[in-house]
Amino acid sequence: MNELMRRMLWLPEQASTFSTSVDHLHYFVITVTMLISVAVGLLAFAFFFKYRERRPNQSTPMVIPSIRFEIVVIGVPLFFFLLWFVQGYKDYIWYTSPPSNAMDVYVMGKKWMWKFSYPDGPNAIGTIHVPANRPVRLLMTSRDVIHSFYVPDFRIKQDVLPGRYTETWFEANKPGRYQILCAEYCGTWHSQMWGEVVVMPAPEFDTWLAEQKAGLAKRVDTGGDDGGEFRGSIVEYGKRVAMAQGCVKCHSLDGEPHIGPTWLDLYHRRETLDNGQVVVADEAYLTDSMIDPRGKIVRGYKPVMPTYKGRISAPEAAALVEFIKSLRSENVQHVPSKEAVYEPVRR
Amino acid sequence: MSSSEAHAAAEHPHNPHLAHHFDTIEKQDTAVRLGMWLFLGTEVLLFAGLFLGYTVYRHFYHHTWHEASRTLDLGLGALNTVVLITSSFTVAMAFYFIKKGKTGACAGMLVLTILFALAFLVVKSIEYSHKFAEGALPGQFYHFNEVPGPGANLFYTVYFLATGLHAFHVIVGMSILIWVLVRVLKGHFSPSYYIPVELGGLYWHLVDLVWIFLFPLLYLI
Amino acid sequence: MSQSDDKPPTFPAVHYLNADRGVWSWLTTVDHKRIGIMYFVSVLLAFLLGGIFAMLLRIEHLTPEPTIMGANTYNRMFTLHGVVMIFMFMIPAIPGVFGNFLLPLMLGAKDVAFPKLNLLSLYLYWAGATLAASGMIMGGTDTGWTFYAPYSTSTPTTLFPVLLGVFIMGFSSILTGLNFIVTIHTLRAPGMGWMRIPLFVWAIYATSIIQVLATPVIGLTVMLVGIEKVGHFGLFDPTRGGDPVLFQHMFWFYSHPAVYIMVLPAMGVISEVIGAFSRKNIFGYKMIAYSSLGIAFVGFFAWGHHMFVSGQSVLDNGAFAAISMLVGVFTAIKVFNWVATLYKGSIAVKTPMLYACGFLFFIVFGGMTGIAVATVSLDVHWHDTYFVVAHFHFIMVGAVIMAFLAAMHYWFPKMFGRNYHEGWGMVAACFIILGFNATFIPQFLVGNAGMPRRYFIYPERFTSLNVASTAGSSLLAFGFVIIVFYMIYALVRGPIAGDNPWSSRGYEWNTPSPPPKHNFDTTPIIDRDAHSYQEPGEEVEHVVI
Repeated sequence: MNELMRRMLWLPEQASTFSTSVDHLHYFVITVTMLISVAVGLLAFAFFFKYRERRPNQSTPMVIPSIRFEIVVIGVPLFFFLLWFVQGYKDYIWYTSPPSNAMDVYVMGKKWMWKFSYPDGPNAIGTIHVPANRPVRLLMTSRDVIHSFYVPDFRIKQDVLPGRYTETWFEANKPGRYQILCAEYCGTWHSQMWGEVVVMPAPEFDTWLAEQKAGLAKRVDTGGDDGGEFRGSIVEYGKRVAMAQGCVKCHSLDGEPHIGPTWLDLYHRRETLDNGQVVVADEAYLTDSMIDPRGKIVRGYKPVMPTYKGRISAPEAAALVEFIKSLRSENVQHVPSKEAVYEPVRR
Repeated sequence: MSSSEAHAAAEHPHNPHLAHHFDTIEKQDTAVRLGMWLFLGTEVLLFAGLFLGYTVYRHFYHHTWHEASRTLDLGLGALNTVVLITSSFTVAMAFYFIKKGKTGACAGMLVLTILFALAFLVVKSIEYSHKFAEGALPGQFYHFNEVPGPGANLFYTVYFLATGLHAFHVIVGMSILIWVLVRVLKGHFSPSYYIPVELGGLYWHLVDLVWIFLFPLLYLI
Repeated sequence: MSQSDDKPPTFPAVHYLNADRGVWSWLTTVDHKRIGIMYFVSVLLAFLLGGIFAMLLRIEHLTPEPTIMGANTYNRMFTLHGVVMIFMFMIPAIPGVFGNFLLPLMLGAKDVAFPKLNLLSLYLYWAGATLAASGMIMGGTDTGWTFYAPYSTSTPTTLFPVLLGVFIMGFSSILTGLNFIVTIHTLRAPGMGWMRIPLFVWAIYATSIIQVLATPVIGLTVMLVGIEKVGHFGLFDPTRGGDPVLFQHMFWFYSHPAVYIMVLPAMGVISEVIGAFSRKNIFGYKMIAYSSLGIAFVGFFAWGHHMFVSGQSVLDNGAFAAISMLVGVFTAIKVFNWVATLYKGSIAVKTPMLYACGFLFFIVFGGMTGIAVATVSLDVHWHDTYFVVAHFHFIMVGAVIMAFLAAMHYWFPKMFGRNYHEGWGMVAACFIILGFNATFIPQFLVGNAGMPRRYFIYPERFTSLNVASTAGSSLLAFGFVIIVFYMIYALVRGPIAGDNPWSSRGYEWNTPSPPPKHNFDTTPIIDRDAHSYQEPGEEVEHVVI
């Protein structure tokens, strides 16, 4: 039944865990829509015949609505509309809540291509590899104008904005290749800003990712013709940016206090600010510090850091954050453990 | 079933100000006032978008905007506020006088109002020239080092756009009042016909009212 | 519907068309009827321009590769199609043509409240339209009619004349709305309380409220985009601290109520046509009147449903979705009431009624697909695809243009004193209704399949549906061509219609056709309800359902 409806409505494959819930609600809504509109059209047509003019200037009765009629006419549509709203909104909330174990991939849209980066791994243009049956979270931004990341087979879409990160997630449940289309007009080749999601069975994906990281497979999947891009892990890229932008002039990488707080073990460190407030140095804090450094000053340091807004691009900022995250010391403290020890939580 | 037009002709001698499609001058006056109030409503909505932009960016850039607001000249802003409020008073007095038939006094009040409007524009241009000199300019032209945080240029963008649009309306309002003044001096108005003075005054009150909102938002908080 | 008299129909010797002669008398007229006719010619030219570009777009879509033009040309063409159709046709058409012509007649007034302001509205429309069209044709804007920042503020194509043109046309719209509101409040004939005004007047009233309140916002917004493009002040530019989504909020705050500016007058026309051609009171008059106001009011709060995937918060999305559902209820009320008006009526199936029947199908289908896209989880898939394109064309073409054609045929004898050929009218209506379905139903399906909007080339799997849609559009275009021919013939050699060929009880039919310059020699006194077909003192059967 599902397959019949899907084909009749020209819907694409149901290749994510979201697709089926969307389609089922779709069938409900569209069936009622078609039934009611045809019914109204046919009823009007039938009345045209049954009540056609038989004599000129024929008199007609005054037809008046009863209260019951009014209630039905208002109540029944309202009931259906609200039912659809509730179901749709529930599904939507599920759609906007990525599971905590989702694998992150950074997406960057620019005219007219998609670029992908894995946090510890390779980057690619045009093609993103993901494992089947594991949730994947996409953290997306744009380099220039608004684009929109759309995978019809997954029924997902999210606008990709300059100067901001937006997120979406999916769990692909069928290995295969699925098209990515840009769904927000962005200029001359908007209609050719395509990409591909390659869904691999999970073990195959793990192997592939390991190969990519080890650098054995030097292939870079391209969908466009952008050359001269940095090919390496995002962490190495972040290190290059840190050198080029001069961050290391004030922030040491080895724990030494200097003009600014050291980056070693900075990620998720609890910092005390000059106003007494304690913050956790998470991704948001680190990015914020680059954009508005005088907003939060760590106690004991002077407010001398300039803003890097407009001086580093969004992917560069992301790479810096990943680099900072990678600076973990082999600190072993000989104290009785107070609580269980965990790996730093990534969100 | 006598026609209402016959009624009107019998009760009121032909009023030169009554348009042919209105039955009575009272109906016409009601229509004209309603039209003016609706137009003032559209002006409020025109400014609404800028107030929205102000609210949004103030929320995003709270610190910087607070600092940037301090760089505006509070004295000149307050002077302009007093000037405009007083001009609203004088235009209301003009309306009062013409209803009493005191054409001369009305004209005098209108002249005062126009002079106040001019004063407002002069003070505004002094303020603008200060900002140009300092480099506190919108967007890409911004090079004012005293407020270095992000979003500072946006403060001046909203400042110039809002006060600029307002100043444009001051000029329009002034032109309307000049035209009304010319008609007052030509003796077009009397206690039985003064509605253009009323409507010109209404427009001027709106111009004042917009400033009353702009001033605290830009200068005081 | 034959006339009750046996006398041959008469044509008045002097009427508004020949009362004053010469082009200058037309260009400086303050007669609302002449202004309506000038709007008529203007909007039809705009429709022709927008329609030609639509056909070119459809021809381009016959193949998945470039067919007859390049990418940049395509992008300019869909922008042109949108801007022309929305700002130069849809927004001004029914209010500018039929609102202007009929409002004073329906109210028993000699003119609108501010006749000179009415003429100014027309001048502003001409000025804005010329500026926008020439800007687009000479330089060619490629942002789409939605002008999204930061693309619009960074594209090298011509934008400023278009934005200024839209601003000026917006002013025209505001002044028309203001004029109509004051007219309805102050120029009703004696005896015409609010519950006796015709439903078309209620529709125009609700429309005018939206025009007056919403249009200034788009005026400011396009002005800000223009300033941003030229001056780079950073309002919508993230590299200068601005927020592109702020533009979207400001844009849609007008552009959502704008769709109700387009659809409410159409609904008013349908009320008039269904009532007249069923010779019956309109079922649920009060409900229809109040739901017009309801649509106008609630419609102001639903704009965020255009921004479900823009990065807006989950809470906002829920609120906007729920509010959008409410607007659908008002339309449902009207549809049930119109169908119930047909019940136990005495129906003459003439061309206007055929269009009204098409309207009923299209407004339900189009409206309910609107409810469908307002369902947030579904819109994630549909946003910015052809599904949305099909939805809004169902409403804008399927509903509004059907209503415009119904109005054109219903009031043609009133405006020109002649009849058009009924047989050709029906033939054209069939081509249009069938051609419309054939054009846009495939677009729902290709949107389902995942084809985004504003796509110059497209993945091959979408070809068959695109070809089907183009084929349908040729039928649709053919229907319009037929109309042009028999209407021009009717204008010059149509049979004399007489004052009231439809024997309608609308107040506007109480004047000769065409009406005299001053509408009424004496102000009429209204002693019955608007759509009442009962004679005074007549025994009438009451049926309650």
